[in-house]
Amino acid sequence: MRVTFTVNGRRETADDVWEGESLLYVLRERVGLPGSKNACEQGECGSCTVYLDGVTVCACLVAAGQAEGREIRTVEGLADGDRLDAVQEAFVECGAVQCGFCTPGLVVQAHDLIERIPRPSDAEIREALAGNLCRCTGYEKILDAVRLAAARKAGDR
Amino acid sequence: MDFLRPATWAEALAAKADRPEVVPIQGGTDMMVELNFDVRRPPGLLDLNRITELAGWSSEPDGRLRVGAGVSYARLIAELGDRLPGLAQASRTVGSPQIRNRGTVGGNLGAASPAGDSHPPLLATGAVVEVESAGRGVRMIPAADFYLGVKRSALEPDELIRAFWMSPASGPQYFSKVGTRNAMVIAVCSFAIALHPGERRVGTGIGSAAPTPRRAVAAEEFLAAELDWESRLDPEVLRRFGELASEAASPIDDVRGTAGYRRHAIAVMARRTLTWAWNEFRSGHFERRAG
Repeated sequence: MRVTFTVNGRRETADDVWEGESLLYVLRERVGLPGSKNACEQGECGSCTVYLDGVTVCACLVAAGQAEGREIRTVEGLADGDRLDAVQEAFVECGAVQCGFCTPGLVVQAHDLIERIPRPSDAEIREALAGNLCRCTGYEKILDAVRLAAARKAGDR
Repeated sequence: MDFLRPATWAEALAAKADRPEVVPIQGGTDMMVELNFDVRRPPGLLDLNRITELAGWSSEPDGRLRVGAGVSYARLIAELGDRLPGLAQASRTVGSPQIRNRGTVGGNLGAASPAGDSHPPLLATGAVVEVESAGRGVRMIPAADFYLGVKRSALEPDELIRAFWMSPASGPQYFSKVGTRNAMVIAVCSFAIALHPGERRVGTGIGSAAPTPRRAVAAEEFLAAELDWESRLDPEVLRRFGELASEAASPIDDVRGTAGYRRHAIAVMARRTLTWAWNEFRSGHFERRAG
C-alpha cells in the first residue's frame, strides 16, 4: 500500500508498504531517516521514540498505515540547520552519550518533557525517561544533560 | 494482509461484520508486538485511529462516565484522574509515557490478557463494557462477565468495543501491582479496591493471578457483613480479607513468578489497598476532595 505523511515538515510518500509494517521501518528503510533506532521492536527500549501529531510514541508500535496523513517529527527534525537543539547540545556537553544507540530516543523524549514541563523536577525527569533504556551511561550524565537543557531553554543559564 | 481504514464508527462496524476475521488496532502497543515478532499474521488490520467517536468521553444523564475505546491512558490520567482514581492509578503503571500516549483501556479489553492493568479497577468499580455490531446493535456487558478465559472475552467476532461506562468514585479507590521495577512492567500480579461507602460495600479486582481477571467475591461478601464503617479497621477483619482475596486467586507458575508467590502477594496487596482506602475514608480526606 501507499502511505503519505509529513515528516519534519516535509511531505513524504512511501510505496509498496506491507500492511503489517511499522512506522519505524518506513522511516528508516523507505524514507531514509535512520536516526530513530530499531532495537527491541516491542516498546521496551524507547530508542525509536518520535513525535506523532505532537505526542511522543514508539515508532515500532505504530502501524505504517496509521501514520497516513499525520505529522511525524523525528530526531533529525530537532536541530535548526547546523544549530543543535538545546537538548542535543547538552547531551554532547555533559557526556550523556557513550555508544549513542539510545541517544535519539532519549533526546526526543527529553525534548518533549521540557516542552511540557519547562523546569522539571528530578522525579519528573526520571518518570519521563522511564521508557528509554541506556546500557552505557548509568543515566547520571543523561539526567545532568536534561537539567542543563531545561535550564538553558528556560533562560536560567 | 489488508489494512482497513474506516472513517466512521458505522463504517467500522460494517467492515467488522463483513470481515469478522480482521483484527482491530487502536494504539497498537499489543498488536504491533505480535506483528513485529511474527507471532500473528491476521488476514487484515482494522485501524480505528481515525474514528473520532472513539476518541472522546462524556458525562451521561445517569451520572456515569462513558469513556470511548480510543481514549489513551495518558488522557485518561490527565482528564479523568480525579473522578476515576483507581483506574488512573492503574493507568500510571502501564508501560512508559510513550506507551501511555498510545495504549487504551479499549485495547486492554480487546486483548483480554489476565495481566492487563485496567481490568482489576474495572472489576472493582463495576464498570460496564459497551460493545456493538452492525447486525445486533449495542450490548452492555458488565466487566465481571466480559473475561471468559486467557485472552478470551465475551466479544463476538462481528463486534467492536465502543466504550466503557464507570461511575465517578463514591469513595477511595486504590490499585497495587507487583513487578520488578516501576516502569515497563507486566504485572506479576495486581489488586484493585473500591470503597462504596453509600452502599456499605467494597469492590475488588485481581489481576494476573487466574486465567482471567476476577473479583474476590467471598472477600467482598465478608467485608459487606463484617466491616464496621464507623470504626477503625479491625486487624482480624483485615487479615481475613487478605486470606479470602488470596483464596479467590488461582495462579500458575510462569516466567514472571510462582503460584505460591502470587497467592502470598495478593493477600499482602489486598490488606495494603484496603488499609490505604480505609485510612483515606476515615480521615474524611476523600469527601473533602470530592467536595
